[in-house]
Amino acid sequence: MQRFSGFALARQALSGHTAWGRQWRSPEPQAQYDAIIVGGGGHGLATAFHLARDHGLRRVAVLEKAWVGGGNTGRNTTIIRSNYLFDASARLYDHAVKLWEQLSQTLNYNVMFSQRGVMMLAHTVHDEQVFKRHVHANRLAGVDNEWLTPEQAKAFCPPLNIGPGMRYPVLGAALQRRAGVARHDAVAWGYARAADALGVDIIENCAVTGIVRNAQGAVQAVETTKGRIGTAKLGVVAAGNTSVLMGMAGLRMPLESYPLQALVSEPVKPVFPCVVMSNTIHAYISQSDKGELVIGAGTDAYISYSQRGALHVSTHTLEAICELFPQFRRLRMLRNWGGIVDVTPDRSPIIAKTPVPGLYVNCGWGTGGFKATPGSGHLFAYTVAHDAPHAINAPFTMERFRDGTMIDEAAAAAVAH
Amino acid sequence: MLLIPCPYCGERPELEFAYAGEAGIVRPVDPALLDDESWGAFLYQRGNPRGLHGERWRHVNGCGRFFNTWRNTVSDAFHGAWKAGETPPEPVP
Repeated sequence: MQRFSGFALARQALSGHTAWGRQWRSPEPQAQYDAIIVGGGGHGLATAFHLARDHGLRRVAVLEKAWVGGGNTGRNTTIIRSNYLFDASARLYDHAVKLWEQLSQTLNYNVMFSQRGVMMLAHTVHDEQVFKRHVHANRLAGVDNEWLTPEQAKAFCPPLNIGPGMRYPVLGAALQRRAGVARHDAVAWGYARAADALGVDIIENCAVTGIVRNAQGAVQAVETTKGRIGTAKLGVVAAGNTSVLMGMAGLRMPLESYPLQALVSEPVKPVFPCVVMSNTIHAYISQSDKGELVIGAGTDAYISYSQRGALHVSTHTLEAICELFPQFRRLRMLRNWGGIVDVTPDRSPIIAKTPVPGLYVNCGWGTGGFKATPGSGHLFAYTVAHDAPHAINAPFTMERFRDGTMIDEAAAAAVAH
Repeated sequence: MLLIPCPYCGERPELEFAYAGEAGIVRPVDPALLDDESWGAFLYQRGNPRGLHGERWRHVNGCGRFFNTWRNTVSDAFHGAWKAGETPPEPVP
């Protein structure tokens, strides 16, 4: 791997930056691997990276049906935070935040992680009570979160409208200062480059069409558009397409796939210092380093794999944005798109073994998976390598829907669903 | 926005409807007789197909009635509708 550094930059400048090599190879699949990860998004690439780096698996492949980072990794609003209510969730997401804090150094790739703070607005008495409960629960769990008055919220985010004339006036806010954003493409590319350097084969344009099992029912190989590839360990990290893939092994999943929309405005000068979220009137907003306002809208009501959503859903969010930040009313929107998110009944992910020997699944991240990318990869690699979960992801099984041991962030998560 | 074919009112915009999930999931007559596996499967496991999907809608801001449709989850196009209690028709191409 060609390491990035100030020195390398200067040396490459001498040749006009024409001598930079490819960041990762584009190999043809081998006949057999120690482990295969299906899905070349951030979570899948991170899993492969940790399998190779931490668990000594030398023959690892990532199979991606299109191109790396082209699914939800490239479609989300890049918000990273860990202020979840339940201890199991707070541990899971804070594990990821701690890895985010080191990620650029770990990967030797600038993922532009910026801890600019995520502020969640309360608009009703109920919001206020719920958020204060979150603040207290988080502080007990060792996760930073604090309560702000409307005036403090405005001081932290000057564009915010805290006037009494709003339909849902701002009554306060919960602020996690360690939270923030990162550059989504850089996360996928950084993991791809680092995993490739450890010998992981990243095979793009290779869709899995079947899962081959032996007489004992264990995973033996996968059928793909590039032929049959043997493996005894198969990790599925396919977001919205998880149900389809798990169906190939005869498993029905507690998942439904919905389009989740996001949109960006035309780029403007730096005007927005942090991330602001509002559950009640449903808006997420931050500003990218390119200057675009990055806005998260809601999911459509119905399941779909169409990677686009209805206009009334994004309109609803833009109405909320215009109410919260009246100066953005004249901004034009550049692009909007949808990603297909796999949602579990309790809105918590599944990072677990499955009833099929050799088959593992990392799914159900729903509307908020990007923030967990490094932690998800780290824990899923551990689970695949040891055939047993790490302590942090042990509660996030498939069997919790049989046993009733939900991690019920559906109502308690800091986001509206 | 979808144009949803209500079998009572004809095609109407999606805003008039509430989505009510996968069609044809029958509640077990006596849940107490089920083991945990089957009860969990009834409550939570869904087909979630990439392709043709039978699903329930309620025309909540219209006639108020429940009905079912075939919809392709990749194209979002509808392929037929039927009233609650009727046998599902063959999907219209």
